[in-house]
Amino acid sequence: MVMSYSTKLSKKLETLGAEDGCKLSIEANGKTHIGTMIHHHKFSAPDIVILKLKNGYNIGIRITDHTVIKMLEKPVIKYKTDTAMEENKSLPTLVFIGTGGTIASHVDHRTGAVHPTFPISDIVRAVPEIKNLTNIRTKMLFSILSENMDISHWQKLAEAVAEEINDGADGIIILHGTDTMSYTAAALSFMLPNISKPVVLVGSQKSFDRPSSDAFTNIIACVRFCIQSKKAGVYVIMHDTPNDDSFAVHLGSRVRKTHTSKRSAFESINTTPAAHLDGNGKITFNMKLPECMNRKIKAYTDMERSTVFLQCYPGMNPELFRDVIMKSKGVVIAGTGLGHTNENMVPLITDAIKNGTVIVMTSQCINGQTNMNIYSTGRDLTNAGVISVLDMLPETAYVKLSWALANCKDINDVKRTMKTPLVNEMSERRVF
Amino acid sequence: MTESEFICGIEIHQQLDTKKLFCSCDSHLCENVYDSVYRRLRPTASEMGEIDRAALVQSQKNLGYRYQLTPETSCLVELDDEPPHNVNVDAMNIALIFSEMMKAQVVDEVHFMRKIVVDGSNPSGFQRTALIATDGEVEVGKKKISILSVCLEEDACRKIESVDGEITYRLDRLGIPLIEIATGPEIRTPEECMEVALRIGSLLRATKKVKRGIGTIREDLNISVFGGARTEIKGVQELKLLPLYVQNEVDRQKMLLRVKDILVKRGTKPVNVEFVDVTEIFDGCKSKVINGALSDNGKIIAVRLPGFGGVMRCDDKKLRLGAEIAQRAKSQGVKGIFHSDELPGYGIEQKFVVNLKKFLGITDENDAFVICAAKDKKAKNALQAVIERANLALIGVPEETRDPLPDGTSKYSRPLPGAARMYPETDVPPIEITKAMMTNISNNLPEFPEKIEERLITQYGINIQQAKQIVKQDNVELFEKITNKYGMASVVATTFLNTYMELERDGIDTTAFTDEKMMGIFGMLKEGRFTKEALPALLREIASEKSVEMAIKKLGLEAIDNDEATQIIARIVKEREDFIKIKGGIRAVGPLMGPVMNALRGKIDGKKVNELLTQEIRKLME
Repeated sequence: MVMSYSTKLSKKLETLGAEDGCKLSIEANGKTHIGTMIHHHKFSAPDIVILKLKNGYNIGIRITDHTVIKMLEKPVIKYKTDTAMEENKSLPTLVFIGTGGTIASHVDHRTGAVHPTFPISDIVRAVPEIKNLTNIRTKMLFSILSENMDISHWQKLAEAVAEEINDGADGIIILHGTDTMSYTAAALSFMLPNISKPVVLVGSQKSFDRPSSDAFTNIIACVRFCIQSKKAGVYVIMHDTPNDDSFAVHLGSRVRKTHTSKRSAFESINTTPAAHLDGNGKITFNMKLPECMNRKIKAYTDMERSTVFLQCYPGMNPELFRDVIMKSKGVVIAGTGLGHTNENMVPLITDAIKNGTVIVMTSQCINGQTNMNIYSTGRDLTNAGVISVLDMLPETAYVKLSWALANCKDINDVKRTMKTPLVNEMSERRVF
Repeated sequence: MTESEFICGIEIHQQLDTKKLFCSCDSHLCENVYDSVYRRLRPTASEMGEIDRAALVQSQKNLGYRYQLTPETSCLVELDDEPPHNVNVDAMNIALIFSEMMKAQVVDEVHFMRKIVVDGSNPSGFQRTALIATDGEVEVGKKKISILSVCLEEDACRKIESVDGEITYRLDRLGIPLIEIATGPEIRTPEECMEVALRIGSLLRATKKVKRGIGTIREDLNISVFGGARTEIKGVQELKLLPLYVQNEVDRQKMLLRVKDILVKRGTKPVNVEFVDVTEIFDGCKSKVINGALSDNGKIIAVRLPGFGGVMRCDDKKLRLGAEIAQRAKSQGVKGIFHSDELPGYGIEQKFVVNLKKFLGITDENDAFVICAAKDKKAKNALQAVIERANLALIGVPEETRDPLPDGTSKYSRPLPGAARMYPETDVPPIEITKAMMTNISNNLPEFPEKIEERLITQYGINIQQAKQIVKQDNVELFEKITNKYGMASVVATTFLNTYMELERDGIDTTAFTDEKMMGIFGMLKEGRFTKEALPALLREIASEKSVEMAIKKLGLEAIDNDEATQIIARIVKEREDFIKIKGGIRAVGPLMGPVMNALRGKIDGKKVNELLTQEIRKLME
C-alpha cells in the first residue's frame, strides 16, 4: 500500500482491495460520500482517504473505527494506443529526446498522482502545428527530474544525440528539467565539439497539463529555430520575456537559470543571446553561428568524476576543505569579486596544486570577467598556480574542467585547454 | 404563477475582505496600470492524451490575452510566474465559520482543485477552487432551503476590452477570495429567490469579514420550468432585479415550450443548412443595414426555415423565437439578422419581401426565412448558428448560460459547460481540518441577524421594525458606532428606517452614504449645527455628491453668528415683553426656548440660545 497512510488505514484498504482509481463509498458522521479514490498526497494526514466526488471536487475524509468503507468498483484502466506518425519526405526530420522534468511531467487526473513522465508522442500531439513543419521521431531516454541528472546522464544523452544525427536527423530537441539544464547544455557543448546540426535543449516552468504552460510556445520556437536557422550548435531556447511571443536562443555554454519560477528564467551571461525569435517564428541573429553540415559526428563523453565545485564565502575554513581539495583532480572555485578566496585558503590551494590538482577560478558575481592581477590575494593565487578563465560561468567551468581532465593528454594540456575558448564559453570582450 | 411551474436554485459568490487567496497582494480594484504582459492559452490534453476538438478550434482562433499589471494588487503569482503560496488563513477561517453557520458538514481535509477555464480570465487557464462543506441548510422565513455546497475559490480577472483577437484583462480582481454557496433547487417563486439571496447575504455579512459594495457579491441563477431545461443566468449584481430575472426567464422558457408545441403540431422538421446568395434581390433597397453591409463588400445571404413562420414574432409579440435566433447570430460577430416575421420593416419594403420569397420559392405562410447582411463568411457563420438554434426549438428549451441585462432580461452567452474539468492543484498542500479547529469555530460563531435584532431592541430601546431594517441594511456596526458616541438612538434608527425608505422611493441610492459621512452628519446634529428635522433634506442634498458642509450651506442651515441670533432673540423678547414680566423675568427663559429655537431653525447651538435669551431677558428687566 501507499506509504503515507497509517498502518491501520493501510491494512483496512488492503483488506478491501481498494486502490487508487477505484470507486468507494465512505460513511462517516451519518453522511455517505461516493467517489473515486485518489492517490494519497504526501502532505495528507495519515488517516485521510481522498475521494474525487461526482462534481469533480476532491475531498479528504478522516477514517476512524466507526467509518464504513465499501468498495464499489475496481479501477477502470484505460489503455493508450500510440499511433505511428506518417513521414512526409519533403519535410525535415527532428528528433525529440525526452529526459523528464516539468516539461514532461503531468498529473494523472484519474488518480491524482504526479508522473515525471509523459509519453513524448503526447507532447508532440499537444502542439499539432509542428506536424506541418517537420517529421518527428521521439526517443524517451530518461524520465527524471533534472536535479537528479549526473555525468552518466550527460554521457548517454551525448551518445544519443550523436547517434540520431549520424542517423540523419536534421535537428535534435531535448526536453529537459530547468533546474540543471544549463549544466547539461554545457556538457553537450564540450562532448559534441564538431556538432553539425542544431541541438536545442528546452524546458518549461509550468507543466504541460496546464493551459498556460510555456512548454507549447517554447517547443514551437525550438522547431522553428531548428528548421529555419540551419545553424549547428548546442542551444537552450526559453521565453525571453514574460510574454508568450518572445524567445531567446542561448549558447549552451553561456546560459544560466536566474529565477526560480518565471518563464523568462534563463539568461545569457556575459553575452547576448545567440538569437531571438518572435511569436511568428521570425529569427533575429545577434552573432554569427556555425552553419549546418552533412557530416558524421563523434561524442567525446569521457569525464573526470573527481572534480568539485566550491563557492567561496567569508571565513571559509581551509581545514574543513583540506580533504576535499587534496583528493580532487580538479577544483572550480566561484570566488568573490574579481576571483578571490580569503588569504587563509592560499596555503591549502598551493599544496593542492603542488600535489597535481588543477584549480580554476571563476567569479560568483557571474557578470564580468575574473582578473587576479588587481589585488594581492589574486596575485598570490596566481603565483600558486590557480587558473583564471575570463568570464566563463562557474558551472560551465566545472563541466569543462571535468571534461578536460578526461580528454587532455596531460595537466599542462588541461590548463591550456581551460584558457582556450572551445565552444564560445568565454570571451575577451564584453559590451554594455 | 402557481408554485409548481418552475424550480430555481442560486449560487452566491461573495468576496472576502482579506488579502488574496494565494499570495500577499491587497484585494481591491485598482485604476493604476503600470505594464502589461501578453499570453496565450491552449486546451490541455485530457487523460486520454486527446485535445477536445471544440477547445482546439477555439485556440486556433489565435486569441491572445493581455494582462494589465497593477501595483500592490498583482504580483508574479497572479501572472502565473510564481507558484501559489499557502492558502490565506483568514479566508479559510471565514469559509469554515460560514459553513458552520449553515450547519454544513465540513470536509476533514480541504483539497484545492484547478477548474479549467480557457477564456483568458485567468492567466493560468484555471480557477483554484476547493469544496469546504456540504449538506447545510438555511432558514428563510419559515422555510428551510438546503445548502448543497460551500466552496472557497479565487475571483477571476476583470475584463477591460476586446479588440482584434486580443482580450485585455486586469489582474487586480484575480485571486480575491470568494465564498461560493450553492442552494438546492427549492426556490419556487421569484420573490423567494431574492429572499434567499438576502438571507444568505445577511449571514455572510454577519461574519463581518466580507467585502461590501457593488460587484462584491454576485449571483448565478439556475432556472428550469417543468418540461424546460436548466439555464444559468450568470453574474447578477443587482439583488433587487433577481425576481425580475426569474420571472422573465420563466416566461421565456414557457414561450419556448409553446413554440415547440406549435412546431410539433405543424410537423416542422429540422432544417438543413443551405445558404442562398440573395444580394441581387435587394438592388435599390433603401435599408441602411443592407446598404451599410453592401458598401463594406458584404453580401446578403438567406436561409429558408420551412415551418417556422409566425413563431419568430407573432402579432401580439408573445412568441419571440426570432429574438433567440438573433442572439445566436450576434454571438458570431454580425450586427443582426432580419427574419420574415418582422418584414417588411427596417427600411425593407414589401416589394423586396415579395421578390425574395419568390426567389427562395417560399409559398406556404408557415414557412420563414432569415437574411443576414455581412461579409460572406461571417454571414454564413451567423446563419449556421441561426439554423442550429431554430432546430433546437423543436426540442423546446436549450440548456445554456445567459448574461443578465440591466432591464431584467437576459441574453444568450454560451452553452452550459459539460462536466467541469477539475484537476487537483498539486502546488497547494491539502489542509487538514481538525476537530479542535471546528470546536473552536462553533464556540465562537458570529451573532446571527435575529440575535442582533433582539439585542438592538433591548440595548438601544428602538422598535422591532427599526431593528430589522438596520440589520437588513447591514447598518448594525454604523448604528452602534453612532449611538455609542452621540446617543440619539431613536433618531438614528428613524433615519435608517423611515428617511432611507423615503429617499429610496425617490430613487436616491442610500448605499452612497458612507459610514464616515453618516458619522459626520450625526456629529454635527449633536453639536446643534441643525435640527433633526433637517436630516431628510440634508441627506437628499448629500446624495447628489455634495459634501455635508456644502449641503448645509445650500439649505441655509449654516450657523448664524451671535449678533444675528441676538437680534432675532431681542425681537422675540420685545414681542413677549408682557409675558416675561408676568413670569418675573428669568423664569420665562424655559417657556420661550421653543419659539426662539423655531425662529432660529436650528442654526445655532441650544446652549448658546439659552445664554443669549437669558442675557436679553435680563436686559429687558433692568
